[in-house]
Amino acid sequence: MTLRLLTGRMDIHELQKLVHKTRDPRRTQTLPKYSPAERDTLIKKHHPDYRENAYRPIKFGMNAGDLTVRELAALLEGESPVPENLDLSPAHTVDVLVVGGGGAGCAAALHAYARGAKVMLATKLRLGDSNTVMAQGGMQVAISREDSPIQHFLDTLKGGHMKNDHELLKMMVDEGPSIAKWLLELGVLFDRDADGNLHVKKGGGSSMPRLLTCSDYTGLEIMRVLKDEVLNQKIQLLEFSAAVELLSDGAGTCTGAVLRDLDNKRSLVVAAKAVILTTGGIGRLHIQGFPTSNHYGATGDGLVMAYRMGAKLLQIDTFQYHPTGAVYPEQLIGALVTEGIRSEGGHLVNAKGERFVNELDTRDVVSASIIRECEEGRGIRTMSGRVGVWLDTPLLDAEQGPGTVEKHFPAMVRQYKRFGIDIANDPVLIYPTLHYQNGGVQIDANSETGIRNLFVAGETSGGLHGRNRLMGNSLLDLMVFGRRAGTTAAARAASMPQGPMTLEHLRQFRAEARKHGVSPDVSSPMLLPAYAKQD
Amino acid sequence: MPPKDVNTNNVIDQEEVLRPKMVTVEMAGKTYQVPEGITMIKALWYTGQEVIRGAGCLGGFCGACATYYRTKDDPKVRTCLACQTAVEDGMSFSMMAPFPARKAIYQMAELTDPKQDLFNLYPEAPLCRNCNACTEACPQNIDVREGVWRAVFGDFKAVSEMFMDCVMCGLCVPVCIADIAPNLVALYASRAQGAHFTEKPERLYHRINEIASGRYDAEWDRILKMSEQELKDACSELK
Ligand SMILES: Cc1cc2nc3c(=O)[nH]c(=O)nc-3n(C[C@H](O)[C@H](O)[C@H](O)COP(=O)(O)OP(=O)(O)OC[C@H]3O[C@@H](n4cnc5c(N)ncnc54)[C@H](O)[C@@H]3O)c2cc1C
Repeated sequence: MTLRLLTGRMDIHELQKLVHKTRDPRRTQTLPKYSPAERDTLIKKHHPDYRENAYRPIKFGMNAGDLTVRELAALLEGESPVPENLDLSPAHTVDVLVVGGGGAGCAAALHAYARGAKVMLATKLRLGDSNTVMAQGGMQVAISREDSPIQHFLDTLKGGHMKNDHELLKMMVDEGPSIAKWLLELGVLFDRDADGNLHVKKGGGSSMPRLLTCSDYTGLEIMRVLKDEVLNQKIQLLEFSAAVELLSDGAGTCTGAVLRDLDNKRSLVVAAKAVILTTGGIGRLHIQGFPTSNHYGATGDGLVMAYRMGAKLLQIDTFQYHPTGAVYPEQLIGALVTEGIRSEGGHLVNAKGERFVNELDTRDVVSASIIRECEEGRGIRTMSGRVGVWLDTPLLDAEQGPGTVEKHFPAMVRQYKRFGIDIANDPVLIYPTLHYQNGGVQIDANSETGIRNLFVAGETSGGLHGRNRLMGNSLLDLMVFGRRAGTTAAARAASMPQGPMTLEHLRQFRAEARKHGVSPDVSSPMLLPAYAKQD
Repeated sequence: MPPKDVNTNNVIDQEEVLRPKMVTVEMAGKTYQVPEGITMIKALWYTGQEVIRGAGCLGGFCGACATYYRTKDDPKVRTCLACQTAVEDGMSFSMMAPFPARKAIYQMAELTDPKQDLFNLYPEAPLCRNCNACTEACPQNIDVREGVWRAVFGDFKAVSEMFMDCVMCGLCVPVCIADIAPNLVALYASRAQGAHFTEKPERLYHRINEIASGRYDAEWDRILKMSEQELKDACSELK
């Protein structure tokens, strides 16, 4: 009987004993990475992206016939909450409307503002309530002597299964160092080496140490600074204002958006010469029932709005399941256990006390291998019916000296300590958690979609990361394409008048739906998950 | 009935699967029965309340769910992040409403003497009366009072290190009898530390120059001309 039952605090310690006992022998072991053929087989057999019944073709629109997960397909074909006769007199008129207040949104707003545009930033929750604020692992920038942008390019391509857009990717790796400089000048405190140079750490799937970090609070530090800067520049800010529909001139150009004030539920029309969507990811759709590491508002709104407008989506059949989501305690379900633990040598250990994968392989490979262990009966079950494997956190103290976990992962230590768990002394139970949307809206080098004056930056965009994003590349993506979007949108706005605002695209979209016999029974964008319990 | 394509297997329902012990808690003055051990935010959802203000990252990083709470029979009001705190029997809690703190406006790059400028931007900062309420209010266990003093004495480096854990929840602000917003003072000091008082990282600047001067151009040409198979081979050589 390899499946063991976790019934309470006592038993978890009992089960953890095996991890402690096997630690020393494991330390001398090196597990080779899988060969390309082995990776392929493993992923096809165990990665959630390959569960056929979780997918279905999209029925109409730009991606008609393409497969995506059922949860997303329903929203893409969903019904807009906006009636076609909505009064479109604008409450605000701006050059550039940025939708979303995470890293990409703040970067876009700041760069558009710096180019002289009149900018508004509208966001669903508060400024900075986002996935960005949670990033712990770091941001990839090729700066060490042995490293190069080319090496970064190849690592990313390999991680993305060769499916990355080369032009976008080259841009990202080339502009990385200048982004680091920009952030430093704003006051972001990246970790340093003794000689004052930026300290770089090695991330999963990378051949070189390349991660810039701010302890394990990289996203929080970047977000704190960018938020403060948005406020300092007095960029017009609308919080608790979610975009629900875009506006078009009737001939395929974007001219603004309809927002919903979440406090009073009123609609608000914003006229804008350019719109930049930076609404982030999809974790809160709980695709295939997975828990998620994502923030409350990660409901794929940008995908839905861009799709209705006629923008093309790319690689929306592939999602990233982060290998190490918390499984125990129940309160932390889905929460991320940072990859940094594995970067520093933490082992993954099954119920037999064995390692089963090179922990620094790419995320899809590591996740698939954890799922394999659990599906084949080498997982550990919790009382609530969940299953997972161990992440040997105390190993870090054993390897690098007492206090290492505490010093390098204060956020992680704090998160578990709240529930009485000391990760420096006890391993934690983990299982893959829905983490990142690999694909998204197709963009060009200026972050513009196929729809003129509609820009998309950050996690909502697609193409750059191929079929599996490499750790630490998202934070860089946000900054590089946030800047490109902001800069281009501002320049565009300076050279043109405000176009007419209509809901013509919506009328056409609804006609398409009818033509295909689709009568949507769900309203989209979702805005927030419906967690409140109904009677 | 929810539409069939929409996933109803939301995490919140797990608690019922467990059939745990129900406990009595008071939320914003009303008494409810909720499963023991779920987070405060989940307790709100459990009782059918929609949460818009008061939930953000749900991971303990954004500070949106700053909350006051008290445990059974204890007069002491404590603070926490509601997404990270489990309910227990007899607990009562209320979320903190947004507090109208004044944030100073500054252009970081243009500051000439940031340590002195602190007194113009936040003239209340040196008026701390040492009551320590801010430190007690911090759900991240930061020694906030000490941080304010360090900022006043110009030790911005210490401030930046002490406040790396700060989620800007703002719980330190309403308790201050001198009307200081310690989190904002610390943010200013930390940014100034980064922007004005840290070493210039030579290697980064070197790399920026290398890229600008075309050091990688030839290799880029070679790489970008590769066939799919050649690229694959190049990638498989990576360790
Ligand atoms: C826990 C965690 C850890 C991570 N760690 C790392 C890491 O170490 N390194 C790395 O590179 N990447 C990491 N990632 C990934 C990375 O953080 C995200 O991909 C990235 O931050 C997304 O940025 P964004 O600006 O595109 O979206 P977000 O930061 O999620 O911001 C989206 C914003 O849009 C708003 N919004 C959503 N819908 C609407 C709407 N309809 N109207 C108005 N506003 C809306 C949201 O409220 C939010 O403010 C991590 C992700 C998570 C979840």
